[in-house]
Amino acid sequence: MSSTLAQKIWDAHTVRRSEAGDDLLYVDLQLLHEVNTPFAFDALRAAGRTVRRPDLTVGTEDHNTPTVAIDKVIQDPAGRRQTTLMRQNCDEFGIKLHRLGDDDQGIVHVIGPELGIVRPGMTIVCCDSHTTTLGAFGAVAFGIGTAQVEHVLATQTLLMRRLKDMAVTIRGALPPGVTAKDVCLALISRIGTAGGQGHVIEYRGEAVSALSMEGRMTLCNMSVEAGSRAGLVAPDETTVEYLRTRPGMLQGAEWEAESAYWRSLRTDDDAVFDKEVVIDADGLSPYVSWGNNPGQSLPLDGRVPAPADFEDVQQRHAAERALEYMGLKPGTAMRDLALDTVFVGSCTNGRIEDLREVAEVLKGRRVADGLHLLIVPGSAPVRRQAVAEGLDRIFEQAGADFRPAAGCSMCAALNEDRLLPGQRAASTSNRNFEGRQGKGARTHLVSPPVAAASAVLGRLASPADL
Amino acid sequence: MEKFTVHTGTAVPLRRSNVDTDQITPARFVPYFSWTGHTNILFADWRDDPAFVLNLPEHQGATVLVAGTDFATGSSRESAVWALQRFGFRVVIAPRYGDIFRGNSLMRGLLTVEVPTEVVESLWQRIEEDPGLLITADLERLEVRFDDVVQPFTLDEDARRRFLSGLDPVADTLRFADEIAAYERGRRPALPSTSR
Repeated sequence: MSSTLAQKIWDAHTVRRSEAGDDLLYVDLQLLHEVNTPFAFDALRAAGRTVRRPDLTVGTEDHNTPTVAIDKVIQDPAGRRQTTLMRQNCDEFGIKLHRLGDDDQGIVHVIGPELGIVRPGMTIVCCDSHTTTLGAFGAVAFGIGTAQVEHVLATQTLLMRRLKDMAVTIRGALPPGVTAKDVCLALISRIGTAGGQGHVIEYRGEAVSALSMEGRMTLCNMSVEAGSRAGLVAPDETTVEYLRTRPGMLQGAEWEAESAYWRSLRTDDDAVFDKEVVIDADGLSPYVSWGNNPGQSLPLDGRVPAPADFEDVQQRHAAERALEYMGLKPGTAMRDLALDTVFVGSCTNGRIEDLREVAEVLKGRRVADGLHLLIVPGSAPVRRQAVAEGLDRIFEQAGADFRPAAGCSMCAALNEDRLLPGQRAASTSNRNFEGRQGKGARTHLVSPPVAAASAVLGRLASPADL
Repeated sequence: MEKFTVHTGTAVPLRRSNVDTDQITPARFVPYFSWTGHTNILFADWRDDPAFVLNLPEHQGATVLVAGTDFATGSSRESAVWALQRFGFRVVIAPRYGDIFRGNSLMRGLLTVEVPTEVVESLWQRIEEDPGLLITADLERLEVRFDDVVQPFTLDEDARRRFLSGLDPVADTLRFADEIAAYERGRRPALPSTSR
């Protein structure tokens, strides 16, 4: 019987099939970070259990970590405590941990691929909803909660209901200046934040094939914002080439055999998806969010909508509330919105390619007076690469605040980086929820080029406006 | 996990849809929050408002939360489940949930029931008319009852079995340790290891 890539991976990892609910799924890799995990280890200890496969588990410090200076003690006592617990837990249970200041520390979804441990055909979980990012490699990867973290630590398996299949096809070629981030926002504004619920999305089509691994990671990263549990892209030459140079990668005959296996991983031609969406790439333009969920997005050329524009009563209520929280008047041109802060970073857009796009716009320009442009690399390797390419000089000359250490920073606002009530920001992160970047903070989600152009003009703008 | 068969209690009508986990437990409080701690960060930013429904005297002691569609989308933080439970909620009723939250709640023993939007609307109205209205969630018969309304719901059989028995999911899975070991022997040797 023909099936989708996601179902093939799922089948290959099913230890025990359940018709009544949850399959018992084997997990090839569990990633951990300092938030959402201490209680899982406590429960493990309380029950006298051990970690079944520490060799298939890896930790990093990212959510709470300071990005101002590597050697700066985490000032927040709760954050410091979580990091301390993370170190103690990984120590006690024999789990490799990439600590702040290590050569390969960074945001969990950025370093996973960099370390070469994320590969096609795998099942991967992490206590973070944006684990969907790793589907870019043709893996089934998704976020889980603390009870499930404990379950995977103890059993290396997960109880989970089989996911349905959704195909999102991006037909044709993206116009210049339109990025994977714009595709995400356009998709979610079309299908809604629940459009993918219960599904794994397979992204396909010429525009997806043409994306770099970085672009595919951005695309898969925001799958969870469309409500789906996971998103993936079938492996191809782009995937194989990215993995070829990863540290510790297979060599010689092993490499040949493994990469041939990866190339064979694909959805059968006659496989049927439960849901299909087709988007024409040439109709896309830079997108920005106006409200408090990523689905409340529109083209940068657009104007703030009115509640009456929404037929669905729940959407209308949500729009009313969002306009109030965001301090917006219907009919205002998005380009007229003045900004206090621009944040470049996060697991969505904190990779080297994103920093290159920002540098290209900033080159020879200055950040608008009074505006804070915060650029936080997604990982220590991303920062080193940026310095090697001279991007740090461009950022410095433009008046940007390019942080020496990597982490989630203002995306989750769990370290010292957060907005004040009422402040308006353009952010390359993934969530514009109420209070996400600080209590009362107003976030507009944008692509890296739009972030850079907005920082220069002090209002929402695209590079074409400069 | 605490055993759950039938629960009856009063309810809070949360007339909002798309309540994401950043609103249920704002991220900046999550590192401070523990299962055994003394503070409760549930809807922390909204509870500053005395008129917020959770603060109203007539809803104190409620054990059922009735919310709008797409409740608890967003982050994987399980604190969203813990905070609801710590506040006293045993049951949430909504038309639809964020997938990760639903999985978390069913692992931790917070019963999340899906009912049609119309049922939520009529529940909101009834609770507002009579805050003392008793709502029953019956896991044996798979139905929600209030007034003379009997609203059936579905739940995966495995999750239902765990609730009814109060079984710890890890202990449940460890019964299959031999099958897991057998699977491991068949794993492709080229798969990456973090200690390699």
